Amino acid sequence: MADGILVKQLNAWFGPAHVLHDIDIAMAPKAVTALIGPSGCGKSTFIRCINRMHEVVPGARVSGSVRVEGQDVYGPGIDAVQIRRKIGMVFQKPNPFPTMSVFENVVAGLRLAGIRERAVLQEAAERALRQAALWDEVKDHLGKSGVSLSGGQQQRLCIARALAVEPDVLLMDEPCSALDPIATAKIEELILELRGTLTIVIVTHNMQQAGRVAETTGFFLLGELVEFGVTRELFTNPRDKRTEDYITGRFG
Amino acid sequence: MMTGATAVAAALVVLPLLLIFGFLMYQGASAVNLDFFTHLPKPVGEDGGGMANAIVGSLVLVGLAACLGLPIGILGGLYLAESRDRRLPWVARFLADVLNGVPSIVIGIFAYGLMVLPFRRFSALAGGFALAVIMLPIVVRTSEELVRLVPSSLREAALALGIPEWKVLLRVVLPTARAGIITGVMVAVARVAGETAPLLFTAFGNRFWHQGLDEPIAALPLQIFAYAISPYDDWHRQAWAGALVLIGIVFVVSLAARIVTSGRLSGVR
Repeated sequence: MADGILVKQLNAWFGPAHVLHDIDIAMAPKAVTALIGPSGCGKSTFIRCINRMHEVVPGARVSGSVRVEGQDVYGPGIDAVQIRRKIGMVFQKPNPFPTMSVFENVVAGLRLAGIRERAVLQEAAERALRQAALWDEVKDHLGKSGVSLSGGQQQRLCIARALAVEPDVLLMDEPCSALDPIATAKIEELILELRGTLTIVIVTHNMQQAGRVAETTGFFLLGELVEFGVTRELFTNPRDKRTEDYITGRFG
Repeated sequence: MMTGATAVAAALVVLPLLLIFGFLMYQGASAVNLDFFTHLPKPVGEDGGGMANAIVGSLVLVGLAACLGLPIGILGGLYLAESRDRRLPWVARFLADVLNGVPSIVIGIFAYGLMVLPFRRFSALAGGFALAVIMLPIVVRTSEELVRLVPSSLREAALALGIPEWKVLLRVVLPTARAGIITGVMVAVARVAGETAPLLFTAFGNRFWHQGLDEPIAALPLQIFAYAISPYDDWHRQAWAGALVLIGIVFVVSLAARIVTSGRLSGVR
């Protein structure tokens, strides 16, 4: 049985700066978890620790344990490349590969992992694009450049690209912060549809968004996980004074 | 006012090229004909003949230089742009800049000592090697700059897909920088196509067809030089024609590269 994401005593550093302090969290499998908090509170760093992207930055360091679907992400002999293959990631700004077409973007993960059969790639591309609610808009111009799409379409293309490798987990780092309200609504709809298929963790600045899409929400402040619980309760009846101050707009 | 000044400055930038081209047309166009491209040079006193051997020789030399200089230069540039180490890239970058400033005749002497003296013969290989050394710093530095221009968000996107780092570099980063790198490569090719000094005692020149990479070989700049300092009017005209053809080749190659790289899916410009 899948067991979601289990984090114990996670600490992270950028050089001498200690940016995450003793994070303990258990995120349910195939559910949507939102992480909120003011800028610089460590929520992006936290999700980058889940797929070992934190260590890409020179001087970055991690301690503690992260288990994703039972696998120890930082276990001895575990290759970061293998971990990332099972954990998709969507970034703040849409970042399709500019030298590739829509189709090539979607299958980039598969192709660069050595899969060549045209039929397999085509099937994966259609499935991922349908999952990302982009298929109807691009099915007639799969050969067009990925960057010729609108911003919202580009972001959904990036989601399709992440989904094409069939990950267990999808990490989304403020996926709507560069998009207009209509494109944002589409992405939220998409998240709700993906719920139940894979575990989703979404970092957001928008508390309404957390309320709309997530079953559970965590509040980060100054590198600590202040509170974590069912979304509705966290917003209506926070246990911690700092959470209450933040969600009522007294700071941040 | 400002627009006018900048427009005049821009015109002045293009002017020398137009003047050179016009002057070469005036002096050399009359000697450019089919024979010039298809025939060997004729002995003094005989009319006609061409520089076909030198045109082929130049292409061979530049091709050799590209085979040697481009892979090393581009991979070196990739290393300089991507390395997390501080000291070695700094040293390599500094040395590449110094190498870029070394007079080409000095590089010719270096190639002579390394590739000509030990084998006791001038050769196309030695000439290609000298040109490759001249090409190297230009290719390394432009590749580095253009790889740096590739947004780190693309690298992150690829890494997060579970693609190993070396594949990210070769399949995502390099293709994104491709258009710019090709422009840099063309600058390097154009530069070495016109080099004369380093070929004087490496490729040496040859009045006959190319006879193998371990034999002396003709080159347009060498032939132009030899004909221009000769006392014969006929040869002077051929030297002008050679210069015109040399410029023409560089022009066509640059244009082709531009067309190839301005395609639909080109990346950073």
